[in-house]
Amino acid sequence: MITTFAIHVENKPGVLTRVSSLFRRRAFNIESLTVGHTDRPGVSRMTIVVDTDEIGARRLEAHLYKLVNVLRVENITAAPAVFRDLAMIKVAATAESRTHIMQLVDVFRARVVDVAPDSLIIEITGTEDKIDGLLEVLRPYGVLEMVRTGRVAMSRGLRTASGTGEGLRIAEDDHNVFHSV
Amino acid sequence: MKRTGAQIVWECLVRQGVTDIFGYPGGAILPTYDAMLDYPIRHVLVRHEQGATHMADGYARASGKVGVAIATSGPGATNMVTGIATAMMDSSPIVCITGQVGSKLVGSDAFQESDVTGVTLPITKHNYLVTRADEIAPTFREAFEIAASGRPGPVHIDITKDAQQSSCEFDWDSAVPKKPEFRPDWSARPEEFQRALELINAAERPLILAGHGIMLSGAMDVVRAFAEKANIPVSQTLLGIGGFPASHPLSLGMMGMHGEAWVNSAIQQADLLLAFGMRFDDRVTGNLKTYALNAKKIHFDIDAAEINKNVRVEVGIVGDLKESLEVLMPGLKAGDRAKWIAHIGELKGDSAVRDIQNLPDSGHLYAAHVINDLWRATHGDAIIVTDVGQHQMWEAQYYHHDKPRTLITSGGLGTMGFALPAAIGAKLACPDKEVWVVVGDGGFQMTMCELATIVQEQIDINVAIINNGYLGMVRQWQEFFYERRYAATPLLNPNFQKLAEAFGLPAQTVTKRADVGPAVEAARKNRQTVVIDFQVEQEDTVYPMVPAGADLDAMIRRPSPSPIIETGADVL
Repeated sequence: MITTFAIHVENKPGVLTRVSSLFRRRAFNIESLTVGHTDRPGVSRMTIVVDTDEIGARRLEAHLYKLVNVLRVENITAAPAVFRDLAMIKVAATAESRTHIMQLVDVFRARVVDVAPDSLIIEITGTEDKIDGLLEVLRPYGVLEMVRTGRVAMSRGLRTASGTGEGLRIAEDDHNVFHSV
Repeated sequence: MKRTGAQIVWECLVRQGVTDIFGYPGGAILPTYDAMLDYPIRHVLVRHEQGATHMADGYARASGKVGVAIATSGPGATNMVTGIATAMMDSSPIVCITGQVGSKLVGSDAFQESDVTGVTLPITKHNYLVTRADEIAPTFREAFEIAASGRPGPVHIDITKDAQQSSCEFDWDSAVPKKPEFRPDWSARPEEFQRALELINAAERPLILAGHGIMLSGAMDVVRAFAEKANIPVSQTLLGIGGFPASHPLSLGMMGMHGEAWVNSAIQQADLLLAFGMRFDDRVTGNLKTYALNAKKIHFDIDAAEINKNVRVEVGIVGDLKESLEVLMPGLKAGDRAKWIAHIGELKGDSAVRDIQNLPDSGHLYAAHVINDLWRATHGDAIIVTDVGQHQMWEAQYYHHDKPRTLITSGGLGTMGFALPAAIGAKLACPDKEVWVVVGDGGFQMTMCELATIVQEQIDINVAIINNGYLGMVRQWQEFFYERRYAATPLLNPNFQKLAEAFGLPAQTVTKRADVGPAVEAARKNRQTVVIDFQVEQEDTVYPMVPAGADLDAMIRRPSPSPIIETGADVL
């Protein structure tokens, strides 16, 4: 089962090592990991995706709380949440194929951020499924290079990973809505 | 008041109540050693930094206080790794202090530089690299708090040389450790206690699995009251020995790979297991797929990460064991498990009868004889510190511990070389207690340099070397599972008596059963550490044995007739 944790940690040297080392030595394989600053100075937020079952997820959460620099752990797998991945895809594009590719980009609500004589860079934000979908249709044209951020996630409503907000509010499900940047 | 970082180290240690510290000086820790002379803390100069960590560990296990070890950077710090990992596996509270090269040199591959916080990260509860003098006091207060609280464990503090040398304002009061801003409350809820009570009160064949957590929680009395009220038999893990009196009628003995046969059978037949501060280690469970399939399990542990780790449990009670049992006591029904207890009595059968004392002297000296005689001579009251291997298992079987913290042994990591230094630490923690080292000839040679520490520090313990000329436990595995191909297990040993005498210690060699008692008595009377080389039967075997990964009740039993287990009255 794919499990997603949102983890708030102190932004100190070595904290990323402590967290990733914990997953390694407890034999959990990290599928995706992103780290970045939060609105609070000195606090970073990690989104970690790991393939484990419910009991494994509970143990991981318990282990994470044993790390002194971990401030808060939220397992947002089951919580209503928005999951996003950002990808940049460089595709070979000739004069004839460029229009076709740009039509596909429109359908996926992605956008072209660089045009070169024989290639394009496409930026897309969305769920992993959506990015995989775009990648699939681009492949015949020749994907030259790709970079993805890995999953970032945020639970909906007032509920926050750094403290549960009062009066939990959940927005209506917009699973099929594509959010463009 | 203004202090150097080095002085702040000692100011903090004194305020933490530290009276003894184990260490070895070197370049990067020299400023701290220089400041040490002005503070009322006894420093024990070890002969190897591994010894310092084991001494701190033994000190902690004997007293429950935090043990402290100190060493220099690079090799000094890396030599501590085995001791830190040992303390981690057995939840022992120690603080290890190491010097580090100057902060400007960190990362430059300077002389005696190594990334020791990187090395100790996975084997500590927490570690620190301190690069400024003003970080020292808050770090030390937090480190001691972390080492001793919750599930105890080792904390490592690496201090750069410039942090020790520079000065800053020392303010103990404002260095109070900050609480974590959020921790979920995983302590057991009322309905979980209720569910536990229902299971316990309804159980017909319950069994308590008594672990190290009983000692760490100080739950000896309530465990005893609990077992007596509900009439539930108690079996111990290796580290749980002493948490429940061995002489108590409800005490069954040790479980697991070399546990008593009837205990392992009882576990497999039980309908409820109550795990008190133990962690279902593979040496305790054998094959997990067939482990105690008839039993529901209730797991009491202070560490939420232990629940459902190896064994799926019906109820997990997270919290301090003593407090949890006190919650349960009022609702616990007085039980009459006479049928179950009688059944376990039948399981014991002949194998419970171990009157090794009254055996005719066959001319052979068995390790079990030595340990059983040591138990009688010390009235079961000494602190026994063992190493790892056959002698460790025989100690667990033939020395009967009635009191907590009287067996100190490396269980989780199984560290050979642990016994001698750990015993030095235990003696300093409990100067009024009699302390015996029970050690194999292999493990003794791993850390025997600490005999010099014993002489220099005038420490009065006694050392019983169980000398069979083999790495005995490995030899036993080779006997059972490798067709007696004894690859690298025979040991050509030095003359241990002469060796000890060269260190300046009285020593004796014992080869006959009749000489065991007098040798032990003479050592007890001597105010120096006495080293006794017990030259025992070479190819003796620890029985029973559950082969690694086998079903818990698929034991290799002692072949009969046996030179040790004979008929006669049970000594207990």
